[in-house]
Amino acid sequence: MTPRTSAEIGGMGHSVKRKEDPRFIRGKGNYVDDIVLPDMLYLDIVRSPYAHATIKNIDTSKALAIPGVLAVITGNDLAQYNLHWMPTLMSDTQMVLPVEKVMYQAQEVAAVLATDRYIAADGVDAVEVDYEPLPVVVDPKKALLPDAPVLRTDKEGKTDNHIWHWEWGDKPATDQAFDEAEVKVTEEIYIPRIHVSSIETCGCVASFDKISGKLTVWMTTQAPHAIRTVFALVAGHVGLAEHKIQIISPDIGGGFGGKVPVYPGYVIAVAASVLTGKPVKWIEDRMENLQADSFARDYHMTAELAGKKDGTLTALRIKTIADHGYTDAAANPSKFPAGLFHICTGSYDLKAAHVEVDGVYTNKPPGGIAYRCSFRVTEAVHAIERMTDIFAHEIGMDPAEFRMKNFIKPEQFPYKSVLGWEYDSGNYAGALKLAMERIGYDDLRKEQAEKRARGELMGIGISSFTEIVGAGPSKHFDILGLKMFDSAEIRIHPTCKVIARFGTKSQGQGHETTYAQIIAEELGIPVADIAVEEGDTDTAPYGLGTYASRSTPVAGAATAVASRKIREKAKKIAAYLLEANEDDLEWEPGKFFVKGSPDRAKTIQEIALAAYTNHPQGMEAGLEAVSYYDPPNLTYPFGSYICVVDIDKGTGEVKVRRFVAVDDCGNIINPMIVEGQIHGGLTMGLAPALYEEIQYDESGNILQGSFMNYLLPTAVETPKWETDKTCTPSPHHPLGAKGVGESATVGAPAAIVNAVVDALWHLGVRHIDIPITPPKVWKALRDAGVSE
Amino acid sequence: MAKIAISVKVNGVEHTAEVEPRLLLVHFIREALRLTGTHIGCDTSHCGACTVVLDGRAVKSCTVFAVQADGREILTVEGLEHEGKLHPLQEGFFQEHGLQCGYCTPGMLMTGFAFLNSNTAPTEDEIRHAISGNLCRCTGYVNIVKAYQYAAEKIREGGTQ
Repeated sequence: MTPRTSAEIGGMGHSVKRKEDPRFIRGKGNYVDDIVLPDMLYLDIVRSPYAHATIKNIDTSKALAIPGVLAVITGNDLAQYNLHWMPTLMSDTQMVLPVEKVMYQAQEVAAVLATDRYIAADGVDAVEVDYEPLPVVVDPKKALLPDAPVLRTDKEGKTDNHIWHWEWGDKPATDQAFDEAEVKVTEEIYIPRIHVSSIETCGCVASFDKISGKLTVWMTTQAPHAIRTVFALVAGHVGLAEHKIQIISPDIGGGFGGKVPVYPGYVIAVAASVLTGKPVKWIEDRMENLQADSFARDYHMTAELAGKKDGTLTALRIKTIADHGYTDAAANPSKFPAGLFHICTGSYDLKAAHVEVDGVYTNKPPGGIAYRCSFRVTEAVHAIERMTDIFAHEIGMDPAEFRMKNFIKPEQFPYKSVLGWEYDSGNYAGALKLAMERIGYDDLRKEQAEKRARGELMGIGISSFTEIVGAGPSKHFDILGLKMFDSAEIRIHPTCKVIARFGTKSQGQGHETTYAQIIAEELGIPVADIAVEEGDTDTAPYGLGTYASRSTPVAGAATAVASRKIREKAKKIAAYLLEANEDDLEWEPGKFFVKGSPDRAKTIQEIALAAYTNHPQGMEAGLEAVSYYDPPNLTYPFGSYICVVDIDKGTGEVKVRRFVAVDDCGNIINPMIVEGQIHGGLTMGLAPALYEEIQYDESGNILQGSFMNYLLPTAVETPKWETDKTCTPSPHHPLGAKGVGESATVGAPAAIVNAVVDALWHLGVRHIDIPITPPKVWKALRDAGVSE
Repeated sequence: MAKIAISVKVNGVEHTAEVEPRLLLVHFIREALRLTGTHIGCDTSHCGACTVVLDGRAVKSCTVFAVQADGREILTVEGLEHEGKLHPLQEGFFQEHGLQCGYCTPGMLMTGFAFLNSNTAPTEDEIRHAISGNLCRCTGYVNIVKAYQYAAEKIREGGTQ
């Protein structure tokens, strides 16, 4: 798209350098652990070594004897205020601190309050807890057996570990399509438990002023406004009211979904500050972050795909067991316990589909958050893209040709899927075609055939994903009842400098730059003249926050709408100043002019000044607007990724030789930032595909509890990503834009797995669960009789 | 706990302090000196967010005790800019979109400072290995590599290092 504005104005389509960077490259960011207040105390947490155990006694005497240790807070202390349990975002319940028993290893047991970070840690070491171990359940399938110990003994009348059953789609029609199908493929697909591991962990500084009754909390949160409301609802009975709660989300060192939930540490820190009247800092370390904060995924799926011998797909059926740990603390819209998993028909024109998900309790940490995706979309895409590939291989059709045959066609949009979504726009064949050209698909297939003849293992994998982002329309989308709108408030000063505030919160996405570009696009005011603020609930308008790729689809739309309200008023002022009829005015970025007389013009700068110094009689002074945008639909970004892998027969190591990513997120605000988002997303797609997994032994001990063995990709493992784009604007978004921050994380894993299986299919390998580690491939090769 | 007197030169400024022997250098830098650009991201020396340059070598300051820095010279991210002029690496990160959330950035910059001291014409592969002890969760490393290349070229052209 050719930009409509000059480089100086810097509207949409310009790769404007980021406004946030000057502070970060100088080490002058302001992250939560950088905040120090006078008389601040430190909180550290005692955690359980057992995955399931009764707490018989907590002896705090030795800890309290340490100079500088001021208090040890236990569940019994919180129970006096009825704060020992809290609600989760999914309306389940989670312990803040336990009174009777612990439910997973690393669960919070008690908290030590001290004058210094090191003394607090000493105090943690000195707290003596007497546990009586209980039977542990780590496997969700075993958790559903009739003789499994019931974990949630706190829930009266609960007789099993089943949380909820959710299903969607037309079951009879789907069953009939399967009965009539010429070809059916089935696969057990496990998407393991992983962790977002933003490089900054979670933490907060809570500061309660006993005189004013005001609580201020600087915290690592992606959704400060919702958090304020949750605090007010949960702690209203101890005197916290919403007008006296200020949540400040400072610079955030990566979120990816892990900074949406409320963790017990935050609540304990707030309670400690309210009780002492002093500021309290709680910063978790990496092991606490990995072992106790919300996990992602952990979906055990049985997926089936039906179709004809000619390669026409007809129906999809998926049954899933979702391991939620000991409580359902997922971060999904309330009506959707399995998130937007029912986007699982993907990019294909299926005639029937039915999905079922059962949530299950186990002795693991709670969660079910996103890992840089929109509410279970990665699980959905992984299922359909794996099954599509298996089907194509099964009938001996090239996976690219197979996809082309089954894609929803451009002329079918807006497309109503059998699972009820209305896809806004797409050109799936266009994206795949471009990806095939970019990577040289036909030549690669020839090379693969030659190598296979020589016994070498090379694979080519495709993933043609469709995402669903930008939650969401208020009719269906809320979190704890709060509708999922978002907001922009734009105020133009007399000298035409701008302050704009939003209900979202950047964690690296570059909102300070991109929101300014939207305003620049709409009002012709240079990006340099626009200041963007987010994250302070005392000043910013209410919004649901930044996750699930919703900032551009929702708050970005609000920015455009608010800008256009300002432009409407500016037009009236311009008409007054020019002594012209409003209908005779035309807009070009930065000024109104009289049609046919371009010399008779008023710039936005002149209009802004007049709004405060010479506004028309009968009109209110000032130039500002706010928009709370309720999106009419979600946006459906898509893309086609092609991955080439070489496999070492001796070690089983998978080497990603090339990876071409073609994305389509509609109209682009800042191409540089979009490309950066895709690079990062691809790397977070590579990570679970080849490296990351959190496992537990039979006793519930975590096996990947630090960066020693939870393997984030480094620059050495990460390929040199090749990116390209097509552009299919969203018809309902005011800017034609879609979300993009998570597309690559969603789409990449399937491309990598498909490439590996493509390399091994002729040996009888149909599927390997991620992460595809060398031992798994080595074993598959040996099972197939390949020795070297 | 008994304290030990140390004297450390940080970003060209001499600091003396009494510290506990167990105090980590990263906490000394962040909390005693209030230079909060040096970050903490893990407990096991894997992430590199805490990287500083100690006597010319990049070290992870979460794995060095403050007392070990006694009598030595440290450069942190706050010391990179010189007389109002950004270091070529800082410029490179800005120009090439080498950062997103900014949390790993100071460590990436300090690793780069030490690396480019010894190699002003690195290959992409050499750069990728040089930063393999610094984790970035946002950028996918592509633009960090470009930022290093940008800086290397500037330094070769006579920019300050």
